[in-house]
Amino acid sequence: MIPVLPTKSPRTLPTVPNVMSGAHALLECLVREGVDTIFGYPGGAIMPVYDALIDYEDRLTHILPRHEQGAIHAAEGYARIKRQTGVCMATSGPGATNLITGLCDAMLDSLPIVAITGQVPSSLLGSDAFQEVDVVNSTIPVTKWNYQITRPEEIAPVLKKAFYIANSGRPGPVVIDITKDAQLARVDFQYPEELNIRSYVPHNKPRHEQLARAAELINGAERPMILAGQGIHIAHAQPVFRQFVEKTGIPVGVTCHGLSTLPNDHPLFTGMLGMHGNYGPNLLQNEADVIVAIGMRFDDRVTGALAKYIPDAKVIHIEIDPAELNKNVKTDAPVLGDAREVLEALLPLVEARSYPDWVQRFRECAAVEQARVIDEAISPTADGQIRMGQVIREVSRQTAGRAIVATDVGQHQMMAARYYQYDGHDQWVSSGGAGTMGYGLPAAFGAKYADPSREVVAFIGDGGFQMTLQELGLCAQWQVGVKIVLLDNNFLGMVRQWQELFHQRRYSSVELQNPDFVTIAKGFGVPGRSISDPADVGSAISEMLAHEGPYLLHVRTVKEDNVFPMVPSGKSVSEVILGPEQITA
Amino acid sequence: MTKTYTITVFTEDQTGLLSRVVGIFNRRNLNISSLTTSASSDESIFRFTIVVKVTEQMVVKLVAQLDKQVDVLKAFYYEDQDIVYQEIALYKVPISVFNNGNRVELLIRRHNARVLLIEPEYVVIEKTGHEYETEALLVELRKEGIYEFVRSGRVAIVKPMERLNNYLQELQEAVEK
Repeated sequence: MIPVLPTKSPRTLPTVPNVMSGAHALLECLVREGVDTIFGYPGGAIMPVYDALIDYEDRLTHILPRHEQGAIHAAEGYARIKRQTGVCMATSGPGATNLITGLCDAMLDSLPIVAITGQVPSSLLGSDAFQEVDVVNSTIPVTKWNYQITRPEEIAPVLKKAFYIANSGRPGPVVIDITKDAQLARVDFQYPEELNIRSYVPHNKPRHEQLARAAELINGAERPMILAGQGIHIAHAQPVFRQFVEKTGIPVGVTCHGLSTLPNDHPLFTGMLGMHGNYGPNLLQNEADVIVAIGMRFDDRVTGALAKYIPDAKVIHIEIDPAELNKNVKTDAPVLGDAREVLEALLPLVEARSYPDWVQRFRECAAVEQARVIDEAISPTADGQIRMGQVIREVSRQTAGRAIVATDVGQHQMMAARYYQYDGHDQWVSSGGAGTMGYGLPAAFGAKYADPSREVVAFIGDGGFQMTLQELGLCAQWQVGVKIVLLDNNFLGMVRQWQELFHQRRYSSVELQNPDFVTIAKGFGVPGRSISDPADVGSAISEMLAHEGPYLLHVRTVKEDNVFPMVPSGKSVSEVILGPEQITA
Repeated sequence: MTKTYTITVFTEDQTGLLSRVVGIFNRRNLNISSLTTSASSDESIFRFTIVVKVTEQMVVKLVAQLDKQVDVLKAFYYEDQDIVYQEIALYKVPISVFNNGNRVELLIRRHNARVLLIEPEYVVIEKTGHEYETEALLVELRKEGIYEFVRSGRVAIVKPMERLNNYLQELQEAVEK
């Protein structure tokens, strides 16, 4: 056999030994990946890394929340606004399990997160050692990838791989579990320059025949509709998406995470899809003959009853994750790829069109919804109580629709989705797929920390607030000026709404005994004010927005109010109702 | 309509991957009929052979989810006519069953089974074939008396060359990219 001779000289010179501890190597990897902030909580099995952190103080800022769940939600908020990988860290056992809710949240909402967890020394693995939990197995269903490092030589290649996987293709959370002995052992650190994972090909160039088929369907459509999802944000595709919308003249419904992909006042914006979305886009979806779904996954909250969903439409699905194609809805023209690349390639292939009669139908629906639902929802009650919608619309007005809106989960979340007038600049920080109560406050912190130049308003309910309110301490300590609007109806409002509408008002464990929220905030060093008179809404919001640093505006709202329209569970989107009188069995 | 499908998954040899693969079935509340892990023709690639009874719609989704896993190179699914497959069964029977005439000897001959081990107390018989074949011998041996029975998961070789070749080519391209 003829020996193969190298044709080129080696790319790199023999490397200089660079011996350090595994813990230092880990932090060195973070620096090489461009990380500057870690949201984390120390403990026994991660102590070597915390010791090494002191040597990295000039390059890595460590943010200590009051609970590991706060760490990962803050990392999620950070990742959403920066569209960069958020890094969080925890110790073994309960430290790691406290991250799981956030991992699940990031998994369902496609957020790039690298979570590093300490682990007991490898000699103790499987011995039920103090604070030992099988993190790799516990986190399999809630991670895109996970790995346990037991030898310091693995640190550099595995971290390189972790960051690549977390934020390529469809982003997702990655857990790296690292045993304490691997943190302590010494290693000659060399960061790999290149990475090749043969089993993972996240990026597919849009294929010509798929684009051509999609363009053919779009150009032949009579009543087309676009369903816009978070994939547009992730791909930074907002400008080309807008061009595509304007050229094709197709009306747009957005998913919850598709909010702020297009300004709300755009003539082709028809509102939000789904269970508490707008009337028109829900009702008319089933009349569309061509559906152009972009970076969305036909979640059950969007589709309602699948068997009665868009029965007559040809479906074009632009999606980066092949496993989403044909998962819930049968697709006539799948286009595998990144939303921006697909839309750029599709733009020259589609004809300039407009559908005035079709778009008019959406406007008519919007007028019905305005008169039947919205006018009331954004006004005080007849007996002089504040409605959530009034507060949200006023914040929207005073921030000119430009703020980043963070929310928790429940009625206030849907109200914030519906009544804030987004001007279209990646403004939505909320827990969608997982519906994680307690998400709002730490995620808002992460968002504001990521971009202090933008106003961040966190709408949070009284239920969810009490799940993570200890992170007020985080806001106070870092003087991160999150404006918290606590919409307090003294109930777990969304559950109460379902009990009222579908369980014959049998209220089961939904009424709360609430503390004095303003005093609590004050105890943490966060100033605040409490209001209950609709006349104070405007001035209280101005006062809040004028304040530098974090602020809590506690708003007592009407106790029993419902979010409408609604696609009741198990019903078709075309059976969307505008009020309780329309509920049928 | 549910059918028996054989799923072949080619993966990296990675600790913990078995849990990840099995989890895809568990979370959909699906029972795995059999699962075999082995080496493949490429020494760096690991191979899972999984048998499930599901609808075609479901098997398509399962394969998509398997493919999506970072350490999975490629997953395929096949119906029985697309593959050649075997299972192996071992039967431990008391030595005394050979004392009652030649019935057991005839069974072994008729079923193309063979004797692997003879001990003073028992004999171990081996039979390879499809499940119904190993099952048929089991039914007969139960009548004679049996101590122990075990059957392996399915191993399968694919008949069509094309899909596997395409995959290897895709893989090569991906590596070169």
